[in-house]
Amino acid sequence: MNHKPMEEARIGVYVCHCGTNIAKTVDVAEVARWVGEQENVVVARDYKFMCSSLGQDLIESDIKERGLTRIVVAACSPHMHEKTFRGACQRAGLNPYMFEMANIREHDSWATDDRAAATQKAKALVEGAVRRVAHHTPLEPLPVEINPNTLVVGGGIAGITTALELANAGYHVYLVEREPSIGGHMAQLDKTFPTLDCSACILTPKMVEVGQHPNITLLSYSEVEKVEGYIGNFTITVRKKARYINEELCTGCGICEEKCPKRVVDHVFEAGLGYRKVVYRPFPQAVPKYPVIDRENCTYFLRGKCRACQIFCPTKAIDFEQEDEIITFQVGNIVLATGYDLFDARRIPQYGYGRLANVFTSMEFERMVNAAGPTGGKIVLRDGVTEPKSVAIIHCVGSRDKNYHEYCSKVCCMYSLKFAHLVHERLPDAEVYNFYIDIRAPGKGYEEFYHRLLHEGTHFIRGRVAEVTDAARQPGEEGKLIVQVEDTLIGKQRRIPVDMVILSAGLEARHDSREVSQLFKMGCDFDGFFVERHPKLDPVATMTEGIFIAGCAQGPKDIPDTVAQGAAAAARVAGLIHLGTVMMEPVRAYIHEELCSGCRICNTLCPYNAIVFHEDRQVSEVITALCQGCGTCVAACPSGVISGAHFTNEQIMSQIEGVLWDVRRNGNGKQPTVNIQQSTANVQQPTVNEP
Amino acid sequence: MTESFEPVIVGFLCNWCSYRAADLAGTARIHYAPNMRPIRVMCSGRVDPQFVLKALREGADGVMIAGCHPGECHYVNGNIKTLRRYHLLKRMLKQLGVEEERVQLVWASASEGKQLAEAVDRMTEQLRALGPLRWPERVLGEDGRGANGHEAFVSAIEPREEVAA
Ligand SMILES: Cc1cc2nc3c(=O)[nH]c(=O)nc-3n(C[C@H](O)[C@H](O)[C@H](O)COP(=O)(O)OP(=O)(O)OC[C@H]3O[C@@H](n4cnc5c(N)ncnc54)[C@H](O)[C@@H]3O)c2cc1C
Ligand code: SF4
Ligand code: SF4
Ligand code: FES
Repeated sequence: MNHKPMEEARIGVYVCHCGTNIAKTVDVAEVARWVGEQENVVVARDYKFMCSSLGQDLIESDIKERGLTRIVVAACSPHMHEKTFRGACQRAGLNPYMFEMANIREHDSWATDDRAAATQKAKALVEGAVRRVAHHTPLEPLPVEINPNTLVVGGGIAGITTALELANAGYHVYLVEREPSIGGHMAQLDKTFPTLDCSACILTPKMVEVGQHPNITLLSYSEVEKVEGYIGNFTITVRKKARYINEELCTGCGICEEKCPKRVVDHVFEAGLGYRKVVYRPFPQAVPKYPVIDRENCTYFLRGKCRACQIFCPTKAIDFEQEDEIITFQVGNIVLATGYDLFDARRIPQYGYGRLANVFTSMEFERMVNAAGPTGGKIVLRDGVTEPKSVAIIHCVGSRDKNYHEYCSKVCCMYSLKFAHLVHERLPDAEVYNFYIDIRAPGKGYEEFYHRLLHEGTHFIRGRVAEVTDAARQPGEEGKLIVQVEDTLIGKQRRIPVDMVILSAGLEARHDSREVSQLFKMGCDFDGFFVERHPKLDPVATMTEGIFIAGCAQGPKDIPDTVAQGAAAAARVAGLIHLGTVMMEPVRAYIHEELCSGCRICNTLCPYNAIVFHEDRQVSEVITALCQGCGTCVAACPSGVISGAHFTNEQIMSQIEGVLWDVRRNGNGKQPTVNIQQSTANVQQPTVNEP
Repeated sequence: MTESFEPVIVGFLCNWCSYRAADLAGTARIHYAPNMRPIRVMCSGRVDPQFVLKALREGADGVMIAGCHPGECHYVNGNIKTLRRYHLLKRMLKQLGVEEERVQLVWASASEGKQLAEAVDRMTEQLRALGPLRWPERVLGEDGRGANGHEAFVSAIEPREEVAA
């Protein structure tokens, strides 16, 4: 049970006051005095601000003058200042990994008022660090070269922005988009709030730029199948689905689309409001320009007959024999910009979507008001001809609702206001009712836009809609849709008969975001949105080095925020490419091969497939470059022959002994062996040491 | 010194979520029982059952293992492996007569400082009620011999072998 350090450890311990942050609750002088008496401790001091340059000088001069070989600083969290003190060690010629921090601020002095208990805990934490550091070994950070190519997944406005920023900076980008065309949701929109500029007019030039950029390899109608490696060196495998069109020959003339005799409801681009042909481009400005044959609905694939497209194609580009292509390439960084799904309004049956014909989703309405959409921009009921005389727009459908999504989808208020404006513009005589909980208009020009709508004569009714029904109860309700709501401003139930209802559905994470996050080995939250490294200070990085996120994949947001994030992610990637190499923490696992029993238990445990089995020698080996240092294999090896650098069994076992110094039975006999602690309730604590 | 019993808990906190949750609890000045003594591990998956046994044997009254929520582990699924291992460990501890509350697995994301503090308070309260663990007496028998009368192994070998005896 003796975890003896390898060589004589000469430890210096520095207990920080942090002004009064620590010293107010922890008797720092007593901790320093006490730890000075512990084994291997050569110097123990307390000091007002260890992180100040004077504090760091103290460490540096002690290392040089007193021959210290290991350092412990008892202060704040290592997430705060581990780097700082490692730097001090390094400057004094000591390997930075011969350092350990005891967190006596966040984990101790700030978490209690009980001075005696806090002091006791501080001693335990410091003693844990002292015993641990005795087993530290010098380590060198691992240099990793950054491959200058980048993978961007998702070709919505977020991914388009990232790809263009990087490509214009001179770096190569692989842009992988699942659908036949890039553009994402923005391509479906008509006008964009609050400026009401036409979405396609601002988006399509960017799409064209992506399609023509020499630095962008656009892989549309494709999906990432496999991701191997780590920052700097990912190997990506992409499946490029068969379009049944020879891209070398196709000119994008669209004749096939014209001649195809079969049409189906387009649930993707037209949101179910319109049709498309079986050989199709989602929209005329699609990038790339090549169509796709929808194999599931194609008469030729179903019955072996038709071939109309093939017959009419002037360049003989139709190829029914085409197969999926598997493409692999290397990148150094990855940006995930996979966007959002619209909340499925059918999940709220009382709003009648899918049952009551004239209840529409917001995306259907976007397509309806779009001049290039199924109705040519005319606002009409499901029959295709009748103009509504009254329109209800219901906010927060699926958002801000404990039964669906608790969060606010951030854009629905604004696009609902936009819809109200568009109805006024196209049908000046129609009444428009917006049913809202609160109006959320925080953005440049957003509140002003709301005020504009107030003047345009929109009726704003505050309250969550209970039901949309076609069951008339009062005169004037026959043949109408009735919106039942409690108007919370006047405290009354109201029934508003209208011709058309628009459900402003919220934004939710992609249905497959969990699988995608597993594929890329990074995290997503309970709602399925990708988790950023820090919610405020690092919104585009993830916990996985080399993987960044942008746009609605990270959380609901509008186009300006999406674009800002896309550009930010590009800047982060460009920074890494420019550096060329990054240094990684040398926290890695290592298998002592001569002791490995070859049981292979560790092989399947590693989330990064970093452990290989050598059939010839019947032993396992960790590929250092792939290992991320989680330590799962170290904990699992039944032979105990895997060591985890900087988190070795010896280091942790010694730390356990240290933190339990006061209750250990087979300790050094310094302490009583029963579990009785000083009670502090009636002991007056002096507040000495207060600087 | 008074007789009032204050349990000592060793906490294994994963670097990415739970350690940061404890940092946040401190930063937010959430006060909670000072009975938990945290040890940082990169991932809850690093928590070898022998660490838990070691802590209990060395005098801790309880052990808390804290990691990211399922699906949020920094290393994809280390915490799922911890969860599986934890169930096995609990079964073994039960056979040794160690109460369930003494070893707890907690999920706390980096933003859940409050939840972590509450978990520590709750566990401290439970252990106060249970009283000291006294591992040697309980697991090895009053005289340091195992329940079956064999001499228990000491030192040299790590606790898991000791338990197997
Ligand atoms: C009805 C409505 C109206 C709106 N109006 C406005 C407005 O007026 N102004 C405004 O600022 N915002 C508006 N918004 C919000 C706007 O749509 C979003 O801010 C923006 O589209 C987000 O872009 P994105 O690139 O993050 O996501 P998306 O547009 O969703 O793009 C994601 C892309 O990734 C692809 N993809 C997804 N998963 C994968 C995968 N696994 N592999 C490969 N590719 C994948 C998708 O096919 C898609 O092309 C509106 C939203 C709605 C619902
Ligand atoms: S778990 Fe341990 S003994 Fe088994 S193969 Fe892996 S390294 Fe070898
Ligand atoms: S520590 Fe082990 S399990 Fe974890 S990444 Fe490295 S090799 Fe894989
Ligand atoms: S990193 Fe927190 S549990 Fe794995």
